[in-house]
Amino acid sequence: MRATKQRLVVVGNGMAAGRVVEELATKSPGLYDITILGAEQRVNYDRIMLSPVLSGEKAYEDIIIHDDAWYAKHGVTLLKGSSVTAIDRARKLVRSADDQELGYDKLLIATGSSPFVLPVPGAELPEVLTYRDQDDVEKMLQAAARGGHAVVIGGGLLGLEAAAGLKARGMEVTVLHLMPTLMERQLDPSAGYLLERAVEARGIGVITRANTEAILGGGHVSAVRLDDGRELPADLVVMAAGIRPNTGLAKEAGLAVKRGVLVDDHMATDDPNVFAVGECVEHRGVCYGLVAPLYEMAKVLAARLAGDATARYGGMAISTKLKVTGIDLFSAGDFAESEGREEIVLRDPARSVYRRLILEDNRIVGTVLYGDTSDSAWFFQLLKDGRDISELRDTLIFGPAYAGGSPLDPTAAVAALPDEAEICGCNGVCKGTIVAAIAEGGHGSLDAVRAHTKASGSCGSCTGLVEQLLALTLGDGYQRNAVQPICGCTDHDHDEVRRLIVAHDLRSLPAVMQELGWKTSCGCAKCRPALNYYLLATWPGEYVDDSQSRFINERVHANIQKDGTYSVVPRMWGGLTSPTELRAIADVAEKFAIPTVKVTGGQRIDLLGVKKEDLPAVWADLNAAGMVSGHAYGKSLRTVKTCVGTDWCRFGTQDSTGLGVRLERFLWGSWTPHKVKLAVSGCPRNCAEATCKDFGVVCVDSGYELHFAGAAGMHVKGTELLCTVASEAEVLEYCGALLQLYREQGRYLERVYKWAARVGVETVRTQIVEDHERREALLARFVFSQKFSQSDPWAERVQGLDAHEFRPLAQFSLEDVA
Amino acid sequence: MDMMVSRWVDVGGLQDVPRRGARVVKTPFGCIAVFRTEADEVFALDDRCPHRGGPLSQGIVHDRSVTCPLHNWVIDLASGEARGTDEGRVATVPLRCEGGRLLLDLALLASRAA
Ligand code: SRM
Ligand SMILES: Cc1cc2nc3c(=O)[nH]c(=O)nc-3n(C[C@H](O)[C@H](O)[C@H](O)COP(=O)(O)OP(=O)(O)OC[C@H]3O[C@@H](n4cnc5c(N)ncnc54)[C@H](O)[C@@H]3O)c2cc1C
Ligand code: SF4
Ligand code: FES
Repeated sequence: MRATKQRLVVVGNGMAAGRVVEELATKSPGLYDITILGAEQRVNYDRIMLSPVLSGEKAYEDIIIHDDAWYAKHGVTLLKGSSVTAIDRARKLVRSADDQELGYDKLLIATGSSPFVLPVPGAELPEVLTYRDQDDVEKMLQAAARGGHAVVIGGGLLGLEAAAGLKARGMEVTVLHLMPTLMERQLDPSAGYLLERAVEARGIGVITRANTEAILGGGHVSAVRLDDGRELPADLVVMAAGIRPNTGLAKEAGLAVKRGVLVDDHMATDDPNVFAVGECVEHRGVCYGLVAPLYEMAKVLAARLAGDATARYGGMAISTKLKVTGIDLFSAGDFAESEGREEIVLRDPARSVYRRLILEDNRIVGTVLYGDTSDSAWFFQLLKDGRDISELRDTLIFGPAYAGGSPLDPTAAVAALPDEAEICGCNGVCKGTIVAAIAEGGHGSLDAVRAHTKASGSCGSCTGLVEQLLALTLGDGYQRNAVQPICGCTDHDHDEVRRLIVAHDLRSLPAVMQELGWKTSCGCAKCRPALNYYLLATWPGEYVDDSQSRFINERVHANIQKDGTYSVVPRMWGGLTSPTELRAIADVAEKFAIPTVKVTGGQRIDLLGVKKEDLPAVWADLNAAGMVSGHAYGKSLRTVKTCVGTDWCRFGTQDSTGLGVRLERFLWGSWTPHKVKLAVSGCPRNCAEATCKDFGVVCVDSGYELHFAGAAGMHVKGTELLCTVASEAEVLEYCGALLQLYREQGRYLERVYKWAARVGVETVRTQIVEDHERREALLARFVFSQKFSQSDPWAERVQGLDAHEFRPLAQFSLEDVA
Repeated sequence: MDMMVSRWVDVGGLQDVPRRGARVVKTPFGCIAVFRTEADEVFALDDRCPHRGGPLSQGIVHDRSVTCPLHNWVIDLASGEARGTDEGRVATVPLRCEGGRLLLDLALLASRAA
């Protein structure tokens, strides 16, 4: 019990501090003698509304929370522009930058956080700004008034809001983002993909996987350089690459600090007279970056300072929205899937809508909404309440309007459409036309309707609707086309997916999954490798391979063995080797105690039983002797077997060995639907077994017989004759064109012989042999894509690529764990 | 009375494990696979498939499961149970992510080995 008022000193006048002071001043007036020291020359304002100020939708005056009059009225002393430089806990006082000392009974640290500035060369240039306070906004507005290019580093919430604001102010804007999709902390890749499209649609450039190397300019910013060498012109650079809690003061005062100032559920630090709230704190291992939890902390602390010992903060679920007009997204909770969990996904590719709810024990544990967020509040409330949604389940995803209603029958929705309703947007076909084609024209299958009306023939996204019309019109008489979907994640088959990737210009895994209505959020072990291949083959040089979607052998460029070790097969071009190579192989085998060295069925040497950690070192030694990966693990070119040919053989008609080497050097590195094996024999005796290969060459006096579509695995199949050509150059040309046709048409995991049987051996022959233009175009595409695939994956890993693959995360000895 | 005291040890940062990927922690009681899902959830399991001991850490990670690289069994990361028609279960190891650091409970492991 004290006669005099307790002195509460507040360090920082941001959003959290403002809320604590407001709660105290209005709910428990007169309890404390409050002094706030704020580093900013301003009153308390709504930091989260800086973006509308930047874009021009609001003025600074509109976002003030407490004006000067408010402080006067509530008897709160605000020292503007006053930074605290030290806390002396023994004497219970704080010192400010102008050396003033101020005593306290209770101290509140609410210093927020600071933008993280990437430590790249040029970061100190005057036009490199951060985005945290009104001063930053004013500097950005000055820069925007001069026009030109702005580069925003960071595609999170802040970066995107800054970009939209600068664009609204007339600048050319590019956002650089290190990760593959925008706002990856809050959004799953599907929603991140839609967001990227929407941002680009506003004329803002987006470059993902962009690693900034330097900011260029002598005295003034002129460009930003990425680590891949690209340079982007820039007159202004905004760093929005993350924030760091301001903990310096607390740390120097000897308070317990980890990532943030450590506080308990009452917002007390380890000194009972010192409290902390806001972004500078760490509570139960979590640091926050959004206001909702900070306001909650503020409320708890105010109650506690007012004497309510029961007030406690227990952490809370947070949700995110992006404040860019016209872009609607929302995310909350935990959005992972699993067996214990179920997900409900609703995708409407035509309207760019994506909704995903994650359920566990019949409760919503997470949600991501894009495009239509009108029901976000309802979903978030269900999530926070942990309400059992079993009764709503069938219509839950449609939101509160349908809550508990009878399940929607999709055909009923189509049935209700008027005859004029457009079903196929691409070809302008309406419902009436389709129904007439089915009922009167007798076109009873999807293909027939497609051929007759063109409906669903272009982009294919209305296929589902057309099928519903078929079902509606024909009733039980309609049997859906027996398409064999890639896997349970989709209704599309391989061909349809390939076609749509091109038709829709889809360039990433999330793009495919969203636009083609994938039923899961991130695919499975069956569809992901297939999609990764299709994208790689369709967009050479542009699509970035997703290593996590590759089978282990292709991810680490070696073959996994039954005991978890690996085998290593270096290339021996055309089956040729040399004393140097053999010596290097022998040395490597001894140096790394490799248990088995074997000659393979593909005319080269296999080192079996290599430990995963040893792989890069083994490769380094092989590289040093000039050897590269043999891709014995890949859906790619394996071997080109040869025989000795004219160089030595008394029957040889052509240089089969030399041609084999040339073919292998031309083809290696290309990714294909399945593995590809070649052979070249020097005469019809065929010692290289060319007539059971994916592509085979049999040399004859007059030239070269080209064969294709053979195999000798589970099925032994002799090749088909393609044609006979006169020169080695033509062999390469026909072979490259044929492989490209296979790369473009083959389904993932379909060998050449299966593809040829499916599309017709004769069709392949016509396209390659008779259609010269087509052959040349195919060859050109093959040659182009080879530009991006012929770098030795082993050498890249020796240089350090994917180093994490080859090192354990941690290692413990017996003493460590005993 | 078999009371066990947890022994949380720091095995690395969340960032060190690729999304939809895994890393291995080597211990005298065998390898532990540490998984990170698309949504940044983390799980630790013995790195041995219940089928024929395949190294699960080398599989493809999708939703909350991993497909074994040897014969494609699909293992649920949370329970360690094989999904679908396959039957078997791999032991899980307690793992927490705190402030971006991964903490593994080695006590359980040691006791299991003992
Ligand atoms: C190493 C090797 C056996 C050997 O010791 O000689 C071998 C080893 C494997 N073969 Fe083979 N095949 C090897 C030559 C062959 C041959 C002979 C040839 O290439 O002339 C054939 C028959 C020819 C053919 O492919 O048509 C052959 C037909 C197969 C098949 C069946 C393919 C089919 O479509 O029917 C498979 C299974 C598959 O790919 O799905 C297979 C799969 C495998 C795999 C990759 C099994 C696997 O998925 O793990 C083996 C990997 C071993 C490893 O870790 O290195 N291997 N395999 C040969 C490597 C050649 C090379 O230098 O790269
Ligand atoms: C542009 C922008 C948009 C945002 N949009 C959203 C949004 O839409 N939704 C959302 O929930 N959150 C949003 N946020 C985040 C939100 O603004 C913060 O979470 C919140 O402001 C943090 O409150 P705080 O009090 O902890 O820190 P702050 O509000 O940063 O306040 C800290 C104050 O302490 C001062 N200070 C620091 N050190 C000292 C010192 N030694 N002496 C004196 N004073 C000091 C600082 O100058 C600052 O004024 C946004 C942030 C920004 C920058
Ligand atoms: S089959 Fe022909 S090329 Fe082969 S070794 Fe005999 S003669 Fe030479
Ligand atoms: S060892 Fe894992 S599936 Fe066979």
